[in-house]
Amino acid sequence: MNFSTPSTADFYRVMPELIWCIFGVLLMLLQSLTKNRAFLSTMAFLGAALGTASTLLSARFPGPGFFGLIQTDTFSLFFHVLVGCVALLVILAADSYLSRANLESAEFFALILFATAGMGVLAGAQELLTAFIGLEMSSIASYVLAGYRRDTLKSSESALKYFLLGSFATAFFLYGIALVYGSTGTTLLDQMGAADSNNGLLKLGLALILIGLGFKVAVAPFQVWTPDVYEGAPTPVTALFAAGPKAGAFALLLRIFATVPAATHYWFWAFWILAALTMFAGNLGALVQTNVKRLLAYSSIAHAGYILVAFAAVTTMTSSENSPSLGGVPAYTAILFYLLSYALVKVGAFTIVSQLGGKDEKYVTLDDYAGLSQRHPFAAATLSLFLLSLLGLPVTAGFFGKFYVFKAAINSNLIWLAVLMAVNSIIGAYYYFRVIVAMYMRDSSEESAAAAPLAFPLTVNIVLAVSALGTLYFGLFPNQILRLLLEKTLIGGLK
Amino acid sequence: MIAAGNHLLTVLIFFPALGALALMILRADDHDWIRRMALVVATFEFLLSLLLIPAVPFGSSGYRLELNIPWIISPPIHYHLGVDGLSVFLVILTTFLTPVSILASWNSVHLRAKEFFVMMLMLEVGVVGVFLSLDLFLFFLFWEIMLIPMAFLIGIWGHERRIYAAIKFVLYTMAGSILMLVGILWLYNATGTFDLAEIQRALQTGSLVLPAQTELLLFLAFFLAFAIKVPLFPLHTWLPDAHVEAPTAGSVILAGVLLKMGTYGMMRFCLPLFPIASRKAAPYVAVFAIIGIIYGALVAMVQPNLKKLVAYSSVSHLGFVVLGIFSFSVIGMQGAIYQMLAHGISTGALFLLVGMLYDRRHTFEIKQYGGLATPMPHLSGFFLFAVLSSLGLPMLNGFVGEYLILLGTYTSHFGLTGGNGWKYAAWASTGVILSACYLLWSYQRVFYGDVTVEKNRSLPDASARERFILATMSVVILWMGIGSAFLTHRTAAATDTIRNQMERPGWYEGSKPASGNGTIISLERPGNR
Repeated sequence: MNFSTPSTADFYRVMPELIWCIFGVLLMLLQSLTKNRAFLSTMAFLGAALGTASTLLSARFPGPGFFGLIQTDTFSLFFHVLVGCVALLVILAADSYLSRANLESAEFFALILFATAGMGVLAGAQELLTAFIGLEMSSIASYVLAGYRRDTLKSSESALKYFLLGSFATAFFLYGIALVYGSTGTTLLDQMGAADSNNGLLKLGLALILIGLGFKVAVAPFQVWTPDVYEGAPTPVTALFAAGPKAGAFALLLRIFATVPAATHYWFWAFWILAALTMFAGNLGALVQTNVKRLLAYSSIAHAGYILVAFAAVTTMTSSENSPSLGGVPAYTAILFYLLSYALVKVGAFTIVSQLGGKDEKYVTLDDYAGLSQRHPFAAATLSLFLLSLLGLPVTAGFFGKFYVFKAAINSNLIWLAVLMAVNSIIGAYYYFRVIVAMYMRDSSEESAAAAPLAFPLTVNIVLAVSALGTLYFGLFPNQILRLLLEKTLIGGLK
Repeated sequence: MIAAGNHLLTVLIFFPALGALALMILRADDHDWIRRMALVVATFEFLLSLLLIPAVPFGSSGYRLELNIPWIISPPIHYHLGVDGLSVFLVILTTFLTPVSILASWNSVHLRAKEFFVMMLMLEVGVVGVFLSLDLFLFFLFWEIMLIPMAFLIGIWGHERRIYAAIKFVLYTMAGSILMLVGILWLYNATGTFDLAEIQRALQTGSLVLPAQTELLLFLAFFLAFAIKVPLFPLHTWLPDAHVEAPTAGSVILAGVLLKMGTYGMMRFCLPLFPIASRKAAPYVAVFAIIGIIYGALVAMVQPNLKKLVAYSSVSHLGFVVLGIFSFSVIGMQGAIYQMLAHGISTGALFLLVGMLYDRRHTFEIKQYGGLATPMPHLSGFFLFAVLSSLGLPMLNGFVGEYLILLGTYTSHFGLTGGNGWKYAAWASTGVILSACYLLWSYQRVFYGDVTVEKNRSLPDASARERFILATMSVVILWMGIGSAFLTHRTAAATDTIRNQMERPGWYEGSKPASGNGTIISLERPGNR
């Protein structure tokens, strides 16, 4: 390996991260000059948009960058666009939330941009320490964001819990890296291909990495923090948590799979069990929730479980081939499509929750949602669409997401895991439908009927329209995105 | 790239959706225009669907008006539609009952009327789509889509326990359909296609041979979804709740068409795709069907609630349909198709009539009625007609189906051996007697005798609109009873086709599929892990 000066192309490869960071720093500096919310929001939006757009630039320089530390391939570009768009939508949605709650906006946006940059690094990393930096960038910004409503007890609780448990998990991850390095002599993923897969140290290291990442994506039994953190964090931040960091961490997991055969050999049963546990933990937990925000938090856990089903399918496939012979979407594609559909829906759903919550996020229970279809038909209709997508009903993106995961599982002969997933979908149907029932089939409580009519600001309506149309579009015409995700060279390091 | 350029079926599926969109533009409080528009759309849809009849001539087998366009690249999902003798009348039944129920809801739906009619039209989209889809994936898609408008119809415009009933309906149906999805995906993995005809071909030429156990599991995955929908005893518990709580229009569509999606599915998918498992399961299925026939009738007999009585009579009547299908005889299956249509019309009529009584008195309790023939002679006349048709009086529609089913059952062999069909037929025929008991008895309690409740004395008789609806239904009942050949000649070829599709290479050598020349795919995981 030649550690000379990085080439110009390398900088193009990390252009999105650079732009996000530069705009983050810029926002922090501008904060001392102006308090103009509109200006600061515009800057943040511009930063997120430019960063996301610059993936087009990095797309022209595929291949490993910075001597193999990062990898620019379709896979990483997909995740860059995904987390970038999530950031864009969250910034749009948060604008009115911040002014309503009278919170500083510059720091908030800066933190979102830093977190996004971290997720970008995570998605592109091909070396474990680089991945660690990405993980830390996104995590630390997330901790602060979770506690952004300083004066609320719940928000502080959320931040503290997230921080303590999060750093604990990070320690696992780091220790795992150390052990892997100890056994293979390298932290570069693509050089671990030849590693002896019977090495006990390597196995242990990989297990610790799995635990560390499992925490980040809220996999049972490491999911306990999720409902509290999601509930306490300001709702736009919850939208970011549900969509962004999860995508980043799953991206890294996938890349480890694609490049380190040793991981796939030992993780099959781990994934099988984790998937089953996580699905049940999320769905059973959600059954008894009356707080919509907590309900959606539990549903995120359940969805992490569904994604893990596809991971279990990946582990049965990568060892031989990517199973193109079955003419189907390989499990990788299933995961990527799922994350896309899931991100769209979660951002939309939490945006609605954030708007309906009122000034202090007071109105978040099912009773507050009763009769919403009469008071705000647009919100009720879009939220129903999102819930149906989470439930996996046709003509929504969530349907195809779930369908591909199902298919991947059955492709790999994981019939029983597919059946468990089916059982869980039915449990899920109950609580998602409960929210729809409240909105459409119950009458407004007297308090909410008497309250002033709800009006959503334009920015929020744009976010909702984008996520709703996206959900429908990918539910009806998934071909375009599938063509992209089905590329043979999806992951650069894939043999 | 269009394989066969006929878009009638597409228009037929999506025209109501267009109509629903148009309805959404109207002002929410403009009730007159909303219901007029809905009625016009639904009626036009009905007229359009009549064009299917010349497209499916006498004795024609195979699909007509086929349309096959690739929709999704991976996995290859096609927008594949077609109509044959099995589906043609079910589609027409749907498009007929929709305007009828819209007309029946003319004055009884005031709350959120626009959404109500939008939901009715969306429901029609889903149901027609189910009957016309020839791609398993597309079929599943419509099957699921149909769920939401129906749940909304029950949940928003239903009676007291509507929310409970709506959730129960959704959960039951989803539980079945998600298993079906697993089955569909399994079939796809084995054949590489979702296309029904291609899978059928693969199974019949022997290029795909299902081991006995696998076939049984797949059969169950599909069958359970359909059995819940039918509903077959003991999976029927959602039905009385859904029916009693649903608004009249919802009940009519639910009983008239939605239940038929289950029996349709059995004929279209279970039998042709998994014939060996079907034959193995037949004795058990038949027993459950007969239990359903008798149990439904007995429960109906003791029902104090008139609407629940009609609901349980559906359980009983649909038991006949399932029995007919699993007799595997041409006559039995013909009877099953006929009974599906007849039940749709006569039970639809009964639900309409019960709804009209409810509009007047806001109760379903039989106790609250009595002697109604005096204040409302017209309505009671139509009611009697519907009751007679439902209990299977010769010359009316109910008779043909039940007779054919019993005949088919009598002559068939359940299981692979033994001529024991007569036992099944004997038990089932008690259902015919019981249905006469509960229907006539309830009719007597509601309409004959003295007026027991003072309020009933001044009830208005059927209005012109109601008389029009009921007269239309009665004409259809009579026509189906007399002109049954018009229907059976068209369904005959379809039943023959199903029976041919049930043939497998090596069928006559025994229950086991031929071995050796096909890929055997088993459910077990490969032993490498």
